[in-house]
Parts: sequence; structure tokens; C-alpha cells
Amino acid sequence: MLAYIARRLLYAIPILIGVNLITFMLFFIVNTPDDMARMHLGMKHVTPQAIEKWKAERGYDKPLLYNGEEEGLTALTETIFFEKSLRLFVFDFGLSDDGRDIGHDIYQRMWPSLAIAVPVLVFGLLTNITVAMLLAFFRATYIDVAGVIALVALMSISSLFYIIGGQFVIGKLLHLVPISGYDSGMNALKFIVLPVLVALLYGIGSGGRWYRTIFLEEIGKDYVRTARAKGLSERLVLFRHVLKNAMIPILTGVVVLLPLLFMGSLILESFFGIPGLGSYVIDAIQAQDFAIVRSMVFVGSVLYIIGLILTDISYTLVDPRIRLS
Amino acid sequence: MARPRASNYRIWLLLLPVLLAACDGRPWNNPYPREEDDQNIMYSSFSERPKHLDPARSYSASEYQFIGQIYEPPLQYHYLKRPYTLIPLTAEAVPRPRYYDAEGSEISAGDDAEVAYSVYEIHIRPGIRYQPHPAFATDDKGRYLYHGLTREEIEEKFSLADFPRVGTRELVAADYVYQIKRLAHPRLFSPILGVMSEYIVGLEDYAKTLEQAYKSRDKGGAGKFLDLRRYPLEGARVVDRYTYRITVKGKYPQLVYWLAMPFFAPVPVEADIFYSQPGMAEKNLTFDWYPVGTGPYYLTVNDPNRKMELTRNPHFRGETYPREGEAGDAAAGLLRDAGRPLPFIDKVVYSLEKESIPLWNKFLQGYYDTSGISSDSFDQAISIGSQGDIALTERMQAKGIRLQTAINTSIFYMGFNMMDPVTGGYGERQRKLRQAISIALDYEEYISIFANGRGIPAQGPIPPGIFGYREGRAGINPYVYDWVNGRAVRKPIAEARRLLAEAGYENGVDQETGRPLVLYFDVTGGGPDDKARMDWYRKQFQKLDIQLVVRNTDYNRFRDKMRNGNAQIFIWGWNADYPDPENFFFLLYGPNGKVKYHGENAANYDNPEFNRLFEQMKNMENSEERLRIIEEMNDIVRRDAPWIWGFHPKSFALYHSWYFNAKPNLMANNTLKYKRIDPRLRKEKRAQWNQPVLWPLGLLGLLLLALVVPAAIAYVRREHRPPAVRGTI
Repeated sequence: MLAYIARRLLYAIPILIGVNLITFMLFFIVNTPDDMARMHLGMKHVTPQAIEKWKAERGYDKPLLYNGEEEGLTALTETIFFEKSLRLFVFDFGLSDDGRDIGHDIYQRMWPSLAIAVPVLVFGLLTNITVAMLLAFFRATYIDVAGVIALVALMSISSLFYIIGGQFVIGKLLHLVPISGYDSGMNALKFIVLPVLVALLYGIGSGGRWYRTIFLEEIGKDYVRTARAKGLSERLVLFRHVLKNAMIPILTGVVVLLPLLFMGSLILESFFGIPGLGSYVIDAIQAQDFAIVRSMVFVGSVLYIIGLILTDISYTLVDPRIRLS
Repeated sequence: MARPRASNYRIWLLLLPVLLAACDGRPWNNPYPREEDDQNIMYSSFSERPKHLDPARSYSASEYQFIGQIYEPPLQYHYLKRPYTLIPLTAEAVPRPRYYDAEGSEISAGDDAEVAYSVYEIHIRPGIRYQPHPAFATDDKGRYLYHGLTREEIEEKFSLADFPRVGTRELVAADYVYQIKRLAHPRLFSPILGVMSEYIVGLEDYAKTLEQAYKSRDKGGAGKFLDLRRYPLEGARVVDRYTYRITVKGKYPQLVYWLAMPFFAPVPVEADIFYSQPGMAEKNLTFDWYPVGTGPYYLTVNDPNRKMELTRNPHFRGETYPREGEAGDAAAGLLRDAGRPLPFIDKVVYSLEKESIPLWNKFLQGYYDTSGISSDSFDQAISIGSQGDIALTERMQAKGIRLQTAINTSIFYMGFNMMDPVTGGYGERQRKLRQAISIALDYEEYISIFANGRGIPAQGPIPPGIFGYREGRAGINPYVYDWVNGRAVRKPIAEARRLLAEAGYENGVDQETGRPLVLYFDVTGGGPDDKARMDWYRKQFQKLDIQLVVRNTDYNRFRDKMRNGNAQIFIWGWNADYPDPENFFFLLYGPNGKVKYHGENAANYDNPEFNRLFEQMKNMENSEERLRIIEEMNDIVRRDAPWIWGFHPKSFALYHSWYFNAKPNLMANNTLKYKRIDPRLRKEKRAQWNQPVLWPLGLLGLLLLALVVPAAIAYVRREHRPPAVRGTI
């Protein structure tokens, strides 16, 4: 297994270079270094000299990908791409264009994102599996039909509706929790209740349907018939056999999600005033801060690769037939 | 009887505080800590994290709301008086310039041509002290405790609170001079360096000197700190402990307005040394994020991702509330606190609110003391009568909320690129085309539809509140409006069609080529609101049978077009830096053209007569003669119509009944110190407005029960069926 993991980690290097290159090109197609300088220097009284100085100060005065004035390897290394990308591979994110340490900011903003994402994942998983198991238990009955209709309705509504509706009903009309905001430590509890509820409700529709499909597929298999033939109750069949065998597709979905939890939710964080990584990325894009965008895309890619490796490893845990080699 | 187990007691003990908290009448939805309930704290919000808090760099309202309360430039605007009046802040008096000729002899102000230099001597009040800060902390021998930290020592610091000792010192004139020098620092990129280099003697060369010094410092490996005290600046010199002198080229009466902005606030060199230590920036401990000032407040919590907190500066010197204002201020209760020491509020908590809906709802719940009005909530807050009169809705009045409005000292206009062969130029044909379009674009309708009536149509570049603005008949743009029954009425569209025909575009057709007239409108942004706006613009041009093609692009490309002169028609805006007509007319001054000179004249308007009058007007004191020249300039630009004058926005602000001394002041950045709140009344109102409503939860529980019970019954029944039956379902 170790050899497999090592090989996968080595594969990650060209992937990360590729992701970095694509991010770089996409960003600089839309924003030139001059645009970035103007954005950071403000709207009024910006002189060409100030723009040139800003670019020189931050290393944006070099060619993007290829330096025609240099020869040999230096033609590739004396470029914005090389200089801005190399340090990422040792997780040195450097300073943002407004001078703040990106690594420190990511560390600080990771926790609020996790404070929302972890309960949403755990409770969401429990809720979705419970709903899906119930519907599978009552499959082909009116309860099942009504449940599927409700799930389709839930997943068809925009997430914004849940957010604004949740804030209006629970925060504004019922006065049960603060409408928005965040605090550290245990004081954060009252702020995360509403966003977590909203995210759970929004996730039930698609999650419940997805897991129901998985369970129904398993229920049709031979081993279920054998279990029933042994005289096991439907409850035992579902929980002891179907759930266990449905773990592979469930794990595939969940483990891949784990790294993305760090990245936060863009809309949820914005509406609920959660100072997480989702709003960090949005702010950076709006401010044309390439240093942050590049770092966050890199972190996202690394986490995603780790997530995929973890998924593969988790297969071996739930299915003894699988061997990584 | 079963005895309760010990673990049950523990659970109840844990739950007890929660239950008690739920019963004490404190709202559950209160986002603030319990201990703050009775405190003299103001709650406000910010929607955009500040980019810079360094007074040499900050130049936006989102930053000034913080640093305006921390830094103290020598001058400030009187809080209550209108028109806006400069008064001393840390200075003894508003400085009067002395004029010198090229030989250095003092001369009178009369002849502008002879004035080579103006000298402003500013005397600072003694006894003003800085906020508590570790940069000032010293040991028993007077040595700075935190100026020689090692990387390892800094490694353990994450905020200023991690430095246990703080200190202070007296404000001196050298701190002001130091800040003026900082404007030229090669790594600060002060936005006003270009402007100030034109005026402050030696500043342009000083920037070059510092650039060289910085480079050689890098080679020497002397760390990040560049000691500006070693490099004298001719235009800014210390005279004595409390006096400094600024020398500008020629006459520049607008300098006093700059002296009321944070760019000219004092910076203690100790702070620069403290923050320049290696390792500080990696901890985000920079001067750009942790200001050090003498103002009524200092920044105690700096988390721009969540909240910022300003706390009363214990060393603040005891400035008092103004004793006089303008007519009506006393009746409005604005002089009730006259003569009382400032500030009134102990702490201000700014929470990050990016979206307008939560912000508005929290204001209505009493968790913010003030609010603006977004388009989403306008109808909830404001009712407009049949005569167009504006009032608060009954719901707002019932809550005791008060409304204040003010016309902003800003302008939003539609500009023509004067370098464009169709819409630009100074011939009669192009002029009449622009005048015709100016009439056709009904900005009264625009304000009504897109700004909820919050604005007034502009008659020229100068907004109300700025010297040169004229009310009534004398102030209208006669090329677009007529004066009818005591008010300005837009000329009929027939007049615009006549002008268009005279311009050679009868019925929207170019008489020379026979082709329909197609104009191009360069815009940025493409949201749903923008689409409605673009449709409106198209309809306005259709009134003249002109086809308007909207060229939508991203903001960067739009700015490229503007810089290169490739835009034909565009919309733009300007917010006053200071209350002087020069700050608006310079937007039309030829040598400020965007294409040729990278200036702020986006229309690239260049009329020699206007330029001549501008040069004459800009250095004058406000007087009848200056007003006459301004009117002449107004007439020229109204006739040439390089802009369709658009509108001056009107700001609406709401205040709760516990918030006092609110008066819009669009020039001052430091008005927080005048505000007062009644925390007891606020607490009562919050409790009254936010009692938790629990019955829907009970109803929800019953509903769930109604779903679960039949499902449970069905489950039990199914579990008891024979296996064969179960399998066939």
C-alpha cells in the first residue's frame, strides 16, 4: 500500500503544476499586472510611475511565462509564473497583495469554515442516510412516493431561498438565534445553529435521493435475498447487510468531500457573516489578489488529491476484496 | 422508587445556566456577549474589509471610518456648521499662508504671478498624547522594550495584546513632518504622492532620494526600516517642538483641506521602527494594520474578517462638543451636549456584514444603532407621498426610528469622449448633438426608477454644499432646462430633435451619409439590475431615433478603453475630496486628460478658455470674483456639454431612538466622537422587540410526531409480516 501511496503522491506533482498553470493563465487572461496594480492603488490619482513601482515591488514587472531577454533555463525561471509558483510547493504562500501573510490568514479562517462544515457533514450524513433508509424500507409505497416528491421539491429550491427564508423565519420572526455573525470558542454555537440547519435542509433533497438510489440498488442483490431467506427481519437486512455494502459509494462521496470542507461555502459564509475560507476566496477574486487566489486553488488541489487517496485507502477498509498495489 | 443517578444531576447542573439564561428575558438572538448589554458601546457594521489603515495609503470611505477616529491631522471640519468650515484639531489655529517671491522676499497675496512659494506654519497644541502602544513601552532607563526583538521573540506574538507593556508619549511637530516624508516612501505607494509632488517643495526629488536609499539599504542588509529622519525634506521642516512648516510652490489654497485628511496626520517614528522588525509582517503585525494615533479612539480588535473594535483612548486630551452650529441645530437637540468632553461612547464594535438583508434585519431588531437603506428595504422604511414628500413608514415611526437625509458632495454623470470623431469635438455639429442627448436623457426619471428618488438632477459639475453651487433660476443649466412656475423643467423632446436636426442627424439619420446614427455606450457590469438600466438608456436615445449599442465589458477592459480613448459614451462618478469647486472643475481641466496625461478628466475635455479660467480660479479665496469666474466656467461646460450632468445622490440614514447627535457631515471623517447613545433604553427596546416565539416549535414537533407515528406503526406492521410477503413488495 505504501508504494501505491508514494506513486499517487508522485503523480500529484504534474497535476499540481498543471492546475497552477491553468489558474495562472485564466487569472492573467482577465487581469493583467497593470490591472492588479490599479486595483490595489485605488481609484484616484494613480500615476503610471506608481503602477510600475507597485509591479516591481511585487515581482509583477517580469514576463508572464517566458522571458525573451534571458537565455537558457533563466528564460523560464525569470518569469512571474516561476517565481510565484515555486514556493507553493513547500507551502510557502507568501504575502497577499495587500501585505498580509496568506498562510496565517488561511489558518485563521479555516476554523470558522470547519465549524460549519463538520456538523453539516456529520448531521447531514446521518439525516440523509436515515431518510434514505426509511424510504428504502417503505419502497414502492405511498410513503416512498411522497418522500421522493418532497426530496425533489427540496433540491429544486435555490440555496439562497433557504438562507434568506431561514434568517427571516428563525432569526427575524421567531427570534431564536442571531440572524448573522460569528464569535470564537463556545460563543460560536449560537451563530452556527442557523447556517447548519439551513445547509442540512438544503442537502436533504439531493443527499436523500442519492443514498436512496444506492440502497435500492443493493436491496435488489442476491445476498439480500439470501439474508431474507435466512429469516432476518427487514430492519436487520437493511442495517446489517445493505448499509454495510452500500458503504463504498457512500465513502466515495464523503471522503472526497472531506478536504473541500476546509474550503468553506461561498454563499453561506457571505450571508451569515462567517469569516471562513469561502469568503476569503471571493474577496480575493474581487480584489484581484492573485497571490490569494493562486494559494487557495493550490490548497484546494492538494486537499482534493489527498481526499482521493484517502478514498482509495478507505475502500480497502470496508471491502476486504480490494487491495492497493 | 428509583433513585436518580449522579450523572443525571450533572446533566441538570450543566443545563441549569442555559435554562436560567433562557428565563432572564435576554433575547436569544442577541449576537453580542451578555456582559456588553449595559455598556456604553455603539454597534455598527462594515461591508468591505479595509485594505489599508496606514494614513499614507488609506483613501476610501471604508478605511476612513476607522482611521478617521484614530489619527488626528492638524485640522478638522466643524461638525455642525454649514457650509463646511475648517477649524483646528491638534493645531492652535487654521494656518494662514505667507507668500514669497523667487528671491525669498515676503510679498502680499495680491499678485499670483509673483508668488513663488507659500509657507504654512502650523503650531501644535502641547500636551496631546498618543494611545497606549507597545512601540512606546520603555524600561526604567528609558530604553524601548520592544524595538530590538529577535525573530524567536516575535514568533510568540500574534497580536498587540501579546506585548504586556505599553507606553505613550507627547505628540510633537516632528511626527507631522515624518508623515509628510512617508508620502514619498518607495514602498508605501501613497495615492497622493503625485498630486503633492506638484506642490510641496522638493517632494518629487525626495521620492527619488528615498528610492535610492531604499535600494542601497537592501544591499547593506539593514532590515526593513528606512529612517526618514536622516533625509531632510525642503518642503516640510520642524521649526520647534510644537511647530512645523510646509512650503508649497506658488499658491495652493486647497492645501488646508488636505491638512484635514489622514494623509497629514502624525506618525510616531517609534511605531515605524517597531513594526519594521524582521518577523512582524509574517504575523500580520504591520503599521498598515495596527494604527497608532492620538485620536479619541484606538483599535483594540483588528479582525477584518469578522469585527473591528475601537476603544476610547485613555490619553485623549478632552476636546469638547461644539457650542454653536447652524440655525435649527439647537431645536433639533444637536446642542444639548454643548461643552461636554468628548468622546461620549466607550467602545465601538464594527461587525462584518456583506449582505444588506441581514444587516437591515439586525438593525430592525436593535442590534445595530444606525443603518443606511438599501433598495431591497426602501419600501419598508420610506413612504413617498403624492407630492413626492418623503417620510418614514408607520412601522419605522412606531419603533422610534429617525431619518436624516443629505445631498452627497458627489456626482454621477454620463460622459462623452471628446476625442471621438462623432460625439467629441468642439464644432457646432458635435455640440448640438451632445446638447440634444442631454435633453433626451431624463435623469428625473432615472432617479425615480433606479435610485428610489434618492438624488437631485445635476445642473453642472458642482454639487450643493460646495462654493459655486447656485440654487433656483440662477443655478439651472439653460441648455437643458427652462424655469417654469418657480422650478426647473426639462426642455421638451421637440427641442432636442430640433438640435439634432441642426447637428445634421434629422430623425436619427446622418444627413451626410444617409446612415442611421449609431452610438456606443461602454459600460461594465452585467447583473439583472444593470440590464434594466441599459434598457432605460436605450429608450432615452430612441426618443431621438438614435440607436444605442451597449458595449458591456469587465471592469479592467473598461478602464483600458478609457485610458486609450476607445470609449465613446460612458458613465463615471466623483466624490469630493474637499469642499472646493476646484475639486470638481479639475475633472474637466485639459491638462488632466485621461488619454494624454493619465489624469482624472475622463472625457478628455480640453477647452482653452475653460482651462485659462480654471487656472485663475483654483488659487483664489472664495469671493464674488471667484463666483463670477465659476459661473463663466459653468456656462462654458454647460454649452459644450462634455458630460450629461447626471445627478447628485442623496444619502438616507436611519437612527434608533437611543442614538443622539446625528447630523450628516459629508466632509468630516472623525464624527464618531460627537455621537452619544443611551444603552439602557437600547436594552429595553431590544428585550421588547426580540422575545423568542416558541409556539411554532411546538407545532413543528406535533407535525413531526404526526409523520413519525404512522410511519412507526407501518414499520411495526411490516416487521411482523411473513418474510415472503415482505420480499414481494
